[in-house]
Order: sequence, then structure tokens, then C-alpha cells
Amino acid sequence: MNRSDRRPGRLALAGGIALALGLAGIAGAWVGAPGLARPSVELTMRYSSFSSGLIEVPLGVPVTIVLRNADPIEHEWIVGDAASHQRHRTGTEPIHGARPTEASVPAGQTRSTTITFTTAGDQVFVCHLPGHEAYGMVGTLRVVPAGE
Amino acid sequence: MTRSIGRTGAALATGLLLVAIGAAPALACGGLIGPNGAVNLLRTTTLAGYHGGEEHYITSFEFAGGGGAFGSLTPLPGVPTSVEKGGDWTLQRLRNETEPVAQGVFAAAGAASRDSAEVLMEVTIDALDLTVLRGGAQEVGVWATDHGFRLPPDAPEVLDFYASRSPIFLAASFDADAAAERGQGVGDGTPVHITIPTDNPWVPLRILALGKTGNEVIEADVYLMTDRAPALLPAPDGTNGMRLDVSAPASDLLLDDLRSDRGMGWVPESAWLSKIRIEANAPQLGFDLAIDASGAGAPSRLAAGLDLPGALDPTIGSTIRWLIGLGFTVGGIGGILLLVRRRPFEGNGMTPA
Repeated sequence: MNRSDRRPGRLALAGGIALALGLAGIAGAWVGAPGLARPSVELTMRYSSFSSGLIEVPLGVPVTIVLRNADPIEHEWIVGDAASHQRHRTGTEPIHGARPTEASVPAGQTRSTTITFTTAGDQVFVCHLPGHEAYGMVGTLRVVPAGE
Repeated sequence: MTRSIGRTGAALATGLLLVAIGAAPALACGGLIGPNGAVNLLRTTTLAGYHGGEEHYITSFEFAGGGGAFGSLTPLPGVPTSVEKGGDWTLQRLRNETEPVAQGVFAAAGAASRDSAEVLMEVTIDALDLTVLRGGAQEVGVWATDHGFRLPPDAPEVLDFYASRSPIFLAASFDADAAAERGQGVGDGTPVHITIPTDNPWVPLRILALGKTGNEVIEADVYLMTDRAPALLPAPDGTNGMRLDVSAPASDLLLDDLRSDRGMGWVPESAWLSKIRIEANAPQLGFDLAIDASGAGAPSRLAAGLDLPGALDPTIGSTIRWLIGLGFTVGGIGGILLLVRRRPFEGNGMTPA
């Protein structure tokens, strides 16, 4: 078989690859289109530290926060204003999960919570287990109007 | 017998991390994580002797009153062959040897995971339940959590630091109520003697800072008994939170006294005694103490926790990177030359004129 015999096969392969790439691009654009997919943010907790100290979420849209605990100890993710954090600093609730703004994440596990933020601005998220806030498990959640 | 201290003498010492088990109101020696996350650390004392390829680690858990339970995790350089009740006066005798004025003061040594950590050994000594575990940081951490240990927030990183070098830990839980029932009074200690065959003894120091904030001072006395004067890394020069208080041949009287205590028959006819005083704040103790008493004077950076397992020596790594770069360069030039040589031939052969 000489090289010219293989040319149609190569053309077909190249065409297939181009088609696949094109379809993937269209699918990606479709998934990312506003209103078609729920925005989500992933936070990893490792060595008792959040993977990001600042996350931005859109105003008035349900946002799913995926919390992945890579540590062998439990962590919490509680977002809110200063007053709510003050309550948690002296609180006695061992497990969180009833409110979407509060989640307990057992060692090595993943939890997710979906929240619709109705006020633009900054809030703070904290792990309130003993010593964790002082150790640096604190971050800022910035709620921004859609389109900004 | 005594080709006294045969090989690399060295020792391992303290490194006891105390963590609360359940709701633990009791005070204790060593670091204790209370229900509010506060940590109290008193001075700890530990002897680590190395002779005949075995490390003898002797520490004490002191009953400090109160009730409830608390516990500790101690990283070990290898799997112990025995965990048993230690001698009654060894640690006191060492203190008297080096601090004769402070007689009668015996600060106990604090010793300072779903169950995928492997349980290698379980021993009960008085009111102490001791478990030897093998596992990575994740497994040991989850095991400890599942068994009521409340680990402080820096535990994941510290456990990783140790597990990457030696995945062996001793978990100790102390039932203060049981201690009280046994008639143990405040200040009574339960000595524990751990025998660990190893070619690479080291002293865990970073664990002492577990759960501590930057301003807290960690105090500990680490006694080393080795075949000859050891080389230490980092050197306890007084600037890094470690100070070498004693470095001298052990007296015959001391060795005889130690040898007469329970389980101390391993003490050789002659030995070198070192006492290292730890007085450091938490960020200072980011290392362990590597010891080489073989005479080679080359304590391991890996054992000191200054290099990670698998990491190349910086100079070797640089050389290898140069060689890899050179290899790619030569390969690239060779490839270009090959293409240049083949093209005319293929062009002549395949392309119609």
C-alpha cells in the first residue's frame, strides 16, 4: 500500500477530530450559557485551610457550594454576617446542615449546599470548630449583581 | 557484654501530643486540648536510648487530677516489639543527674484515622490504653477521630509530616477516673517503655507544637543515651529553641542506677549522655531532631524533617535537571538533523516530478 492509498483514511480521521472538537465547543458554550446551568463553586479544605480565601457568587441566583474535606478531621463551612458568626463562636450545635448557609463536612467527605443570596456585598465564611478560625479557616464570599 | 554501645548510638525522645478524648475536663501533663480548644502544655521529660539497633523510648503519663479522659498520639520511627510499663525511677534519676538542685520535681513526660489504620498492638498499663497504629495521616487521623480523640486544626499537616517518613503512631488514652479509682494521686506518673528496632532513630519535636499558637512556649527535656557523642541536626545552638545542656560520658553510678530499674537491663556499660532543653515557640519547632552517633557525623536531613521523602538533594536535583535538559537538547538537535537528512530522499522518492 502506498501513501496515496492511505490519504482518504487520514482525511476522515482529521474530519472526525475536527467535528468532535466543534461539538465539544458547542456543548461547552451551551452548558455555560446564563440560565441554563446552576452556578457552582468548589471549595477544598486541606490542612485546615480553604482552597480559596475569596469566592464570588451571583446575586439572586441559586448557587451550589461544593465543599470537599480532604482532611482526616471534621470541618464546617458557615457563611453569614458578623452577628451570626458571633453566635457560632459560642454555640453548641454539634452538627450543621439544617440551614443552607451552614454545613458540617465529616473527615474525607464532600457535602454541597445551594444558596440564593439576595443581598449584594461581602459575607464571611468560617469554620467554627474549636481553634479552626484562629488557625485561619476564614474566607470572604462576595455576592455580585449578575453581569458584573 | 559490653562492647558497649555498638553502632550508631542515638536516641529518640519525646514528642507527645495530647488531645482530648470526648469531653475532657482533666488537666494533664503534655499538651491537652480542652473542650474549648485551649491547649495547656507543661514540661515533658523523655529518655530515648539507642543501643544494639533498638531504640528505647521511656516516657511517663502523669495523673494531674480531675476526671474524664484524654489522650495522645506519638509518632514512632518504627514498629515496636514491646510496649510495657517503664521503670519507676529512670526519669527522676536522669533529672537528678542533670539538675541536682531540683530534687523531687518530676515533670512527667507527656506523650505527647474509618478504621483503615492498622492496629498493630494494644496494651493496657494501669489507667492507660495504648494502641500502636500503622497508617497514613488520613487513616490515623480518622482512626483517632473515630476513637474520640479531638485533633487540633494543625493535626492534618503535622500527621502528614510524620506519616510520610514513618507511618507508625502510638495512641494513648488515659482515663483519669480510672486512675483515681486505682488510688493514683495528683503527680503520680505511669511510665511507659517502648522498644523499637530501627536503624534510623530520630526524635520527634514538631509534634510538641501541635495545637499551639505562635505565642505559646513549648518546654521539654529530651535525654539521649547513645554509644558515643552524637552529631545532631539541627544543632541545638540556642537560637532555634533547642539548647544542649549536657553532653558528657554518663557516669558509672548513673548507668548502674538506671540498669537496676525495671526493664532497663539494656543500658550498656558505658554511654554518652546528652540533655537537650527545648524552649521554643510553636513556629520554631518545624523540625525533628536527627541524630547520628555512629561517628560519621552526618545526621539525616530527612530524619530531621528538613527534606521530604523522595525529594532529591538540592545539588543532586540540579545536576539531574541539567542532564535531562542536555538530553532533550541533544535529542532535539539529533531529530532535526535526521529530518533534514531524510527529507531530500523522501521528496525525491515520493513526489511526482
